[in-house]
Amino acid sequence: MAVKVLVPTALQNFTNNQAALESSGSNIAELLESLEKSFPGIKARLCDENGQPRRFLNLYVNSEDIRFLDGTATPLKDGDEVSIVPAVAGG
Amino acid sequence: MTQAVSTPNQATNAAFSALKCKECGAEYELKASHVCEFCFGPLEVKYDYNALRLSVTREKIQAGPNSIWRYRPFLPVATDNVIDVGTGMTPLVRSHRLARRLGLNKLYIKNDAVNMPTLSFKDRVVSVALSRARELGFTTVSCASTGNLANSTAAIAAHAGLDCCVFIPADLEAGKVLGSLIYSPTLMAVKGNYDQVNRLCSEVANTHGWGFVNINLRPYYSEGSKTLGFEVAEQLGWELPDHVVAPLASGSLFTKIYKGFQEFVEVGLVEGKSVRFSGAQAEGCSPIAQAFREDRDFIKPVKPNTIAKSIAIGNPADGVYAVDIAKKTGGNIESVTDAEIIEGIKLLAETEGIFTETAGGTTVAVLKKLVEAGKIDPDETTVVYITGNGLKTQEAVQGYIGEPLTIDAKLDSFERALERSRTLDRLEWQQVLV
Repeated sequence: MAVKVLVPTALQNFTNNQAALESSGSNIAELLESLEKSFPGIKARLCDENGQPRRFLNLYVNSEDIRFLDGTATPLKDGDEVSIVPAVAGG
Repeated sequence: MTQAVSTPNQATNAAFSALKCKECGAEYELKASHVCEFCFGPLEVKYDYNALRLSVTREKIQAGPNSIWRYRPFLPVATDNVIDVGTGMTPLVRSHRLARRLGLNKLYIKNDAVNMPTLSFKDRVVSVALSRARELGFTTVSCASTGNLANSTAAIAAHAGLDCCVFIPADLEAGKVLGSLIYSPTLMAVKGNYDQVNRLCSEVANTHGWGFVNINLRPYYSEGSKTLGFEVAEQLGWELPDHVVAPLASGSLFTKIYKGFQEFVEVGLVEGKSVRFSGAQAEGCSPIAQAFREDRDFIKPVKPNTIAKSIAIGNPADGVYAVDIAKKTGGNIESVTDAEIIEGIKLLAETEGIFTETAGGTTVAVLKKLVEAGKIDPDETTVVYITGNGLKTQEAVQGYIGEPLTIDAKLDSFERALERSRTLDRLEWQQVLV
């Protein structure tokens, strides 16, 4: 499934400074693998040793946090938008 | 207005040496950065407690300025050139009437509603952040805010002669906008919610080299909240309380009060003791209370919907640490409705003569809820933290506090009105929430 991925500034050095890119996967876990193939090293930043997204990173599918959906098993369809967002601190 | 950052001045008496990731322990140089490059965890200032133990004494602190800067060795500034506008050392009030009303015997109120210069606890964190910003060579400082932080940053930047640009959501209350504009910063009203403002500010920090007090200067900024712990310990006669109740927005204040107590114990200024930490949230934005209730070690973000706008952070970065502290100290994190928040503001005003804003109303309402649930021992020394002044959120109580009695300048007009007011009291009119 072809999806759009929005990448935060902190990770753009992996993606040739692209803030938005196209990738694919039938769910989040596959998308992460796909990103790693295109941009080697990025997965280690996004996930811990257990392959789970890091605690201070939020992943959204069409603005829904994947923790409210199926975590890394959350399915993706054509045209979905996946956002990678570092945790926000208050003020 | 851009500024290249110069190497920090490593003065001889600074007891801090690096920034350290709270999650994975990676260490970094003491510059303006707040996120671990490896795991995105928050960075914290690392101190040399052995050095502090040898150099700090109660007498030296007591002889220091009557402000947060009496605790300078514990704060991340390297030089003596600090921005001291008299922030801190706010009253720790022994409560009698509120205590009696709630059935508590040893209740204290830490009253930052009168903190200088902008009447909220934010002056503490901003004083530290701007002092450090100046040391790091920034000439333009900034923040993303929904209120108190904007007021504080604009005011203290004006005092220090720093250029200032404040970012707020465009729908912020008029009073808060005015309370920032008066100091003549550049004010950017962003068409979006707070999360979007914050994200934009990260981009601006990266590209323009400004010092954002709550973004790239966050590790220094957040240390200022420890002074709320230090002061209470000193004001209780160099003793820790048994229980504290504080509001929770990002969770930073809560965790830093805990850190403040720990540091005083670590360097031998007070005796170690278990202190219970309880936290207060509004039901309309209670991701931390929910995580506590459901025993989770991760936060599920929410979309805020509450009058307590100053604590309406839907995705609190320090939320997990706050839950951890509440659980391990035997405290509770509770939430209250908007109606209860208004009652909390009124209760504090009517019993103690302290007018607090919605965050303070939330804290008082949660204190009351915990007492009624039997979760506070009447003989515990309990400190409730009041973090901002009620004049900043007047809209919240408008309509719930009655009206004046309008009379002619005649004795009989007065006497009729007085009789009417006494009748109303006897009938115990209730405010109708319209």
